[in-house]
Amino acid sequence: MKQEPAVGFSDFTFKYFAQSKPTLKNINLTINKGEKILIIGPSGSGKSTLGNCINGLIPHSYKGKIEGSLLVAGKNPSALKISDLSKSIGTVLQDTDGQFVGLSVVEDIVFALENDLVPTPELKRRAAEVAELVGLGSVLKNSPQEVSGGQKQRTSLGGVLVDDVDILLFDEPLANLDPATGKKAMELIDDIHRKSGKTVIIIEHRIEDVLHRDVDRIVLMHEGEIVADMAPHDMIASDLFFRFGIREPLYVTLLKYAGINITPEMNPAYMSSIDIDSHKEEILRWYRAEEIDLPEAKGDETLGVKNLTFAYTSRKILKDINFSIKKGEMLAIVGRNGAGKSTLSKLICGFEKGHSGEILFNGENAGSRSIAERATVVGYVMQNPNHMITEHRIFDEIALGLRLRGIGDEEIAERVEKTMRICGLERFMKWPISALSYGQKKRVTIASILVLEPEILILDEPTAGQDYRHYTEIMEFLKELNRELGITIILITHDMHLMMEYTKRSIVLSEGELIADTDSSDVLTNVDIVEKGSLKETSIYHIARHIGIENPKSLVDRFISHEASLRRDK
Amino acid sequence: MKKLFNYNEADSFVHNLCGVSKLIGFLAMTFTVMLTFDVRVIGVVMVLAVLTFRVSGIKLRDLKVVLYYISFFVTLNFIMTFIFDPGYGVRLYGTEHVLFAITERYTMTEEQLFYQLTKISKYAATIPFGLLFFLTTHPSEFAASMNRIGLHYKVAYTVSLTLRYLPDIYSEYQIISKAQQARGLEMSKKQKLGKRIKEYFKMIFPLIMSSLDRINNISDAMDLRGFAKHNKRTWYHTRKLSRDDIMVIIFTVTIFAGSVAVTIFINHGRFWNPFI
Amino acid sequence: MFKFNTRTLVATAIGAALFTVLFMYVKIPSPVANTEFHTAYAIGSFFAVVFGPISGFLIAFIGHALSDTFLWGSAWWSWVIASGVAGFLFGLAKKWIDSESGVFGLKEILIFNAVQAVSHLIAWVIVAPLLDILIYSEPVNLVFAQGFVAFISSAIATGVFGTLLLLAYSKTRTKEGSLE
Repeated sequence: MKQEPAVGFSDFTFKYFAQSKPTLKNINLTINKGEKILIIGPSGSGKSTLGNCINGLIPHSYKGKIEGSLLVAGKNPSALKISDLSKSIGTVLQDTDGQFVGLSVVEDIVFALENDLVPTPELKRRAAEVAELVGLGSVLKNSPQEVSGGQKQRTSLGGVLVDDVDILLFDEPLANLDPATGKKAMELIDDIHRKSGKTVIIIEHRIEDVLHRDVDRIVLMHEGEIVADMAPHDMIASDLFFRFGIREPLYVTLLKYAGINITPEMNPAYMSSIDIDSHKEEILRWYRAEEIDLPEAKGDETLGVKNLTFAYTSRKILKDINFSIKKGEMLAIVGRNGAGKSTLSKLICGFEKGHSGEILFNGENAGSRSIAERATVVGYVMQNPNHMITEHRIFDEIALGLRLRGIGDEEIAERVEKTMRICGLERFMKWPISALSYGQKKRVTIASILVLEPEILILDEPTAGQDYRHYTEIMEFLKELNRELGITIILITHDMHLMMEYTKRSIVLSEGELIADTDSSDVLTNVDIVEKGSLKETSIYHIARHIGIENPKSLVDRFISHEASLRRDK
Repeated sequence: MKKLFNYNEADSFVHNLCGVSKLIGFLAMTFTVMLTFDVRVIGVVMVLAVLTFRVSGIKLRDLKVVLYYISFFVTLNFIMTFIFDPGYGVRLYGTEHVLFAITERYTMTEEQLFYQLTKISKYAATIPFGLLFFLTTHPSEFAASMNRIGLHYKVAYTVSLTLRYLPDIYSEYQIISKAQQARGLEMSKKQKLGKRIKEYFKMIFPLIMSSLDRINNISDAMDLRGFAKHNKRTWYHTRKLSRDDIMVIIFTVTIFAGSVAVTIFINHGRFWNPFI
Repeated sequence: MFKFNTRTLVATAIGAALFTVLFMYVKIPSPVANTEFHTAYAIGSFFAVVFGPISGFLIAFIGHALSDTFLWGSAWWSWVIASGVAGFLFGLAKKWIDSESGVFGLKEILIFNAVQAVSHLIAWVIVAPLLDILIYSEPVNLVFAQGFVAFISSAIATGVFGTLLLLAYSKTRTKEGSLE
């Protein structure tokens, strides 16, 4: 007897009522019971919509027109109530704060059972079981404000496992996690998959991080269609990633730079499986072929931090921080959530007060300056552009800071137009902001800070949740600002690709202490810093170790310098 | 705002009571004091309040700020009442014993003083139970308790969700307002009113829009886990009523019933009139 | 208009949390001494128009009770109830204003402001004073004077802020029907 699949789409098309074109076109996809599937694709490719069709949010919460058929665990989701579907499929959403509805970890875990009228003593028993499974036993009573991002996600996972569902769906599970936590999350998902034999569907665009553990198949989506559905090794060896704007694993890029042709036979999908030994010589030859050429930052200090200590009531958030940033640098501040990164930037901008030690702008103590006064030296760009935008039109949004400073209309027009040109926004002059994409909104918020002509820009997670194309767009734009205008750029980030590709130097914070202030390539190859900073070694480090390069940093530097020369040639 | 109400876990008779019995007790005492204008009844409640505070182990100095606010408000109300209607006590109690006169209109009588002091004692007697309830009950128990005394579970869960997202929205408000201040917005009295209103609007508009963004995610997450599947739900944070709980419920409800009895049979009204 | 599904419930909870934060922290000093414009009622009116009267009632009731509790340790019930009544009445405007359509013109502005002004009038000049007299036996002229001041300042704050909010919100709506 043929086993019925966990999920089966056939000739499935879906169009949201609000939109003129279908978001999913002619989908044919079968996911068998017990399989572990990765669905990838750039933003707007329809991968999240596909997920919402599987878990029943479509058509129950988001209305639209469905053609073709879809069966989940043998049943049509449209014909069931969403609460009945939740017995067979559990979804872990990207927004861990939105999913965490309980006032404490344990209440959120049992949420589904409470809705199902399970009596209280039984709730306690099941909560204890699940907490054990997802490793939350020690924080059961904690409030959502008291747990880390990784623990929030585990809570979400616990909250769906408590129902003993057959299918687990993860929508961008890595989006809000630091590298080390993301790695652990993939391990936990894999362990649960192995032990329980549940069907696992992961929607994500950070391929290399998902492929930390095995998957059975990768499904690639583009503009609402499935363009490929193949075994991981075949997918990595193909040119599909390049064609559809998805970032391939870094070690694959390195092998390609070294002139190696990637074939499925090399088992290239996982760092742990790829055959490096037979290509050792080629890599070494490439490594030695060129001098490493990375320019040093020079210039005067623009921002200095001396003996900076800060505490909320009695808890110390920052302990004796010292560093100096030169004019025109572009650097990263990294570390896990709660390590003190955002407190540090808030102190620099004057959002928080009451620290000891000094913050120096061009050698002058900024201690007594107000928030608005500091903003003319250091501009702060929030992670979510929607947190900053107040105007209807782009021009007004960018002009706001100047208007509030009482500058004349003529000068405002001149400065805003100049800034819009720099930011590539001039063709949107007359557009309402609501018509812009996320990335374009980000540009508008950067422009609205840039127009005040600060010397330093601090950006909080500028690329969080962005696909490769938007990531590249935002980062290349920042790089241009840095190079052309000489603006110092400080990036607060979790993204190790970003650190490697765009910042020469990184400052690592851990539990309020500065534990490293050195080359980014150094940070990503130093096991000790990686562990304390909740980072992950870059896969290039593993290659270096594997082929016996004594100092892994130098292979990373070679990689960075090669990329830089490629960019120069372009 | 990280910890709501500064709730602290502690081991006392009051802390160990179920949320629902504390809620009933709090409501019974509140209604008792709202109903009556008899200082003798209010006095009983006040003595109970002091005793309960003692038992709970909460220190008065932890409540300094709250007490300061309250005394300010009570004083203001005392003065305003006298300014607006200095003869109210005389009309209420039907006699006039003059204490001293400032002007002809502003004459302080025993009746006015007694009325105003009764009113102060009313405030003073209700506030401690509100404080006690919020200081000794885990926020998680609120919703379950409200549902248990008969409020619809959806209303109870709304309160629980409000408490869940309040700290998040508060910290979001802070960072947004700081980032807007960096652009030059001010929340001060310096500007003209029209401009001031515009600036306040720009300060809170992004907060409202981002709060709206949350709604879909949260309601999806709840639907996906079967919220509102049945016409009721169970709660992790409920306990069986202990002997203490039942005693507290009986005791406080009896006091309320007693004050109703005093009102109907002894005072023949809500006021106790010592002047006749 | 009176349905209370999961989305409405969540909107109500978020609205109540916003109401609490604004009630406690975002008060605009007015030119008259010792009075402030509460921006919180504008939020309440905005959510009520979008999500209906039940939502409006709960947002104002829960929000007012919580902020009172944080500030004073206990809620001033007569005014909390009055807030709830105002919130409920704001929501009746939903009958004539379809906020999701993106249409918020002069007609809608007038309707919204008429409804909110009447709502505040009922809440502060009728409900709150009557409850104050009933519960605390406050002097009649005192409670009506207080109620009148509250009515004027709340109606102004809601009128200005609520209108601005609904206008800005409707502008974000227009685009969505025509997404490519």
